Amino acid sequence: MAVALVAGGALAGLVFQAGRDWSGAFSAFDGYLLRVARFTLFQAVLSTVLSVGPAIFVARAFSRQQAFPGRALMLRLFAVPLALPAIVAALGVLALYGRAGIFSGAFSRFAGGDWPGIYGLSGILIAHVFFNLPLATRLFLQALDTVPDDQWRLAAQLGMGARPAFRFLEWPAMRASLPGIAGLVFMLCVTSFTIVLLLGGGPRATTLEVAIYQALRFDFDPARAVALTAAQIGLTLAIFIAITRFGGDYTAAATLSVARRRYAATGQGERLCNLLVIAAAFFFVAGPMGAVVVAGLGADLGRLALDEAVRRAALTSLALAVPAALLSIGLSLALVACRRVLEYGRRERPASWLEWMSGSGASLVLVLPPTVIGAGWFVILLRLGNLYAAAPAMVVVVNALMAMPFAVRVVRPAYDAASARNERLCDALGIAGWNRFKLIDGPVLARPLGTALAFAMALSLGDLGVIALFGSDSVQTLPYLLMQRMGSYRTEDAAGIALLLGVLCLGLMAISDRLGRDAA
Amino acid sequence: MRGTIRFLLLATLIAPLVPSPASAAEGALTIYTYESFTADWGPGPIVRKAFEAECACSVRFVSVADGVALLNRLKLEGQSTKADIVLGLDTNLMADAKATGLFAPHGAIANEVNVPGGWSDDFFVPYDYGYFAVVYDSDKLKDPPKSMAELVDGDPKEKIAIEDPRTSTPGLGLVLWIRKIYGDKAADAWAKLKGRVLTVTPGWSEAYGLLTKGEAPMVLSYTTSPAYHMIEEKTDRYKAASFAEGHYMQIEVAGMTRKGAKNPLAAKFLAFMTGPKFQDAIPETNWMYPAGKTDKPLDPAFGRLVKPSKSLIYSSDEVAANRKAWVDEWLSVMSR
Amino acid sequence: MTGRSGLEIALEKVAFRYAEMVMGFDLRFAAGSVTAIMGPSGAGKSTLLNLVAGFEAPSGGRILIGGENVTGLPPAAHPVSMVFQENNLFSHLDVAANVGLGRSPSLKLSGEDRAAVSDALARTGLSGKEKRLPSALSGGERQRVALARVLVRDRPVLLLDEPFASLDAALRREMTDLVGELHSRIHMTILMVTHDEQDARQIADRVVRIEDGRIAGSDAVEAPSPGGRLPESGGE
Repeated sequence: MAVALVAGGALAGLVFQAGRDWSGAFSAFDGYLLRVARFTLFQAVLSTVLSVGPAIFVARAFSRQQAFPGRALMLRLFAVPLALPAIVAALGVLALYGRAGIFSGAFSRFAGGDWPGIYGLSGILIAHVFFNLPLATRLFLQALDTVPDDQWRLAAQLGMGARPAFRFLEWPAMRASLPGIAGLVFMLCVTSFTIVLLLGGGPRATTLEVAIYQALRFDFDPARAVALTAAQIGLTLAIFIAITRFGGDYTAAATLSVARRRYAATGQGERLCNLLVIAAAFFFVAGPMGAVVVAGLGADLGRLALDEAVRRAALTSLALAVPAALLSIGLSLALVACRRVLEYGRRERPASWLEWMSGSGASLVLVLPPTVIGAGWFVILLRLGNLYAAAPAMVVVVNALMAMPFAVRVVRPAYDAASARNERLCDALGIAGWNRFKLIDGPVLARPLGTALAFAMALSLGDLGVIALFGSDSVQTLPYLLMQRMGSYRTEDAAGIALLLGVLCLGLMAISDRLGRDAA
Repeated sequence: MRGTIRFLLLATLIAPLVPSPASAAEGALTIYTYESFTADWGPGPIVRKAFEAECACSVRFVSVADGVALLNRLKLEGQSTKADIVLGLDTNLMADAKATGLFAPHGAIANEVNVPGGWSDDFFVPYDYGYFAVVYDSDKLKDPPKSMAELVDGDPKEKIAIEDPRTSTPGLGLVLWIRKIYGDKAADAWAKLKGRVLTVTPGWSEAYGLLTKGEAPMVLSYTTSPAYHMIEEKTDRYKAASFAEGHYMQIEVAGMTRKGAKNPLAAKFLAFMTGPKFQDAIPETNWMYPAGKTDKPLDPAFGRLVKPSKSLIYSSDEVAANRKAWVDEWLSVMSR
Repeated sequence: MTGRSGLEIALEKVAFRYAEMVMGFDLRFAAGSVTAIMGPSGAGKSTLLNLVAGFEAPSGGRILIGGENVTGLPPAAHPVSMVFQENNLFSHLDVAANVGLGRSPSLKLSGEDRAAVSDALARTGLSGKEKRLPSALSGGERQRVALARVLVRDRPVLLLDEPFASLDAALRREMTDLVGELHSRIHMTILMVTHDEQDARQIADRVVRIEDGRIAGSDAVEAPSPGGRLPESGGE
């Protein structure tokens, strides 16, 4: 509901603003736009396939190698790309694969001639995979954690090797979350903006998001912006539904899902294979991050640490990210519970529209361009009263909503499984509300909630879009400061801030991991 | 652990309260501008201090991302805007800004305005100017282009990063620059230049990042960009290429809103803006040329910058009338 | 499927640490015997079974099954089948496939395997339910499927970890009878963790009590009680 309110409110605000002149809306749909829409979908589908496909195997490898040094750190590192502004990540990717990148020498020799860099579709795909492969891996890993302990033991006893275990245990668990994860990644790629322009190599690579930005910012044509946003939502919805259909529905096994120990019998060969997969994924993700770190270390970190503006921005970032993340998981939990109640209530009848909305629909908030949300609410708040007072609250709310699709993905499988097991019992014993959460669901959900919190914080920490629109000098976050420094030649400062952002994110990640584990 | 969380929550509650804006009780002036102006290292803090000392009033800045966002903010707020002064539009946006009907004529300008080609506009007063230029990495590029023609026809292996005219001011600047030089043949020039374009970035920051990261040997920026590297980083590595056809100019202006017209401080600020106390801050904080009289001489580094043989510029009405067509033309060539 | 008879299980000075508790087991289970393992929660009953199944490796001592040292071998190399309280079935596979997994962990079944599966299903009273998914079965039926899989696996040792604890008393008795019936045909060595004194008496010839990770006692059971209902006994 909250999602609908914020999204609807934003659109209403713009529609109101556009009220006077609708000509832009109709002229929005021309040949150019058709090409843009086609490219948007094309790159998003490819990016999704390339991110989600390998993530299945990386997650599986992580799940089968429960103990090796650095595993926890690696997984935390996998959440950092979410917090990095696109420009930082893009430059990190270029530091490796660009014309002047570390690998350019090797690539040149290989290609026979000068390495032209990765500009074009390949660049877009690499950057998108950099962002989304780690995300998908962590989400799949969460899904694998819902496989009950007993079944791992059973598989071990039955002598299932890697292949049958994948077929009978791991794949069914991951398949259940596949549509959701693929949908999420797809939406993130649909709305990609900076990466598509910067690495796309020219205006041929343009997404609808760019067109919306242009319409609202440069042409100031709210009608056109609304029309384009509607088109973006419509297209995404169509693909999204297709993905969901393809994925089919999954009946969660009635189990408690706290996998404490894994009994997978991994032979030496498989172990080596798993570690190779993990290493490959790790280097792919860590490479650009390493470049960010190296660049960051080049900055005058001592001076930055003493810089009043940096400290203030770091505090502001935390002060916005933490409540946004808490609000986000609170809302997600409510949404997941609501969906489950609807599902539980209907038994065998087909899912209602409302159930679907509360399940997957919430993710659609991701395809609403932040520009549109920001501008729409700007118009409304302006009419209602004090814009400046509302700005921080608005940033928190919008960030919380943006993080919800992630949190829902993480929490839902565990919640549904716990509910399937406990629903009747709790009904019978009359355990409800807070007591139920504290005693029954809470302990089971602690771990996924910790992960969800981490994602939500990373996302809010890295947010730029929403803040930029409400931007007044009172709300300056780290990414904001980063862009500011970058925009005034201070690239070294920017690199240092990017490093700080990454470290902050890792720290928060460690805290939320700890919280999840302690409570479990 | 608990302690940390509690601290963070506390910080959340307090954060919105901390930066309380100056009270508007007696003599306050609200200036809308862009962020790099009000940044710690920008001209904003210096200007505010100097003006507050002079007027015994308080100055309140509200900053948004850039000039375009500034205009949009005004359009969104309409008559209810709190701005007295809007500072940071450029000539390309002036026609649009005037059309909002939110601005008031400024009357006589107290100080002499000094921009190449002279200045006359009833609504807006310039406070600085600069020229677009191709800035190159002299370690990588030994033989920089000496004219737009050389840039267009040059070796396609020597790449340039440009900005997208759909999303950025310098991007639009290059479209206007090429249009000014080539007229109706601009499309042909773009078709040739296209081979040299490494990539088209959404904004200036990304493109400039490509230059400093060594990805692109050339980037579309300003003639004054090298001054930053000379003064702040003591290096001559990044240079602007001087083009024989001349350089396209960007003039940044400020205007008084109709609300500001009722606030005597607004007119006072516009007069102050063209005077030395404001103008002295411009070169080394905004990295542009001052548009009025300064007391301090320019840093010698500015003397070593490219001085355009000719200043190229379209009037704001011409830009307003043709922008869409010219950008579309660019788009159709570049998307081919 | 004229099953082999059971094998003797021997735990020789087996030591195991679980969190703060240090456990030590030193005992034998005769070939073909049925032993009920009882004791308070957390005493180490399941750990004992996990050690025998190879899910846990002892920190000291040896485990022998049929005289062969299986200490440290992977679970699949232990000649045992185990039935848990829940989650014995893969929810997306039908009954026949779940049983078939007992023959081939990759479900590559020969004609002979298929025959064994239907035979096992017939013996556990599941004929005609081959194509059902676990979600369409009752709790008792699900455990029957697990027992059918035990049959096709045909291992000399069967470990039952409170397999019928979630079923009602009548059904529990019925299932326990089924286990007894299977045992009378195949004579595998059975270890069954239970909280229910009556279950124990119904089938077991010995009751081993475990407290705090140690063997606290071992009693032979006289003749199984002929089905007279005892009052609800301990357990949680």
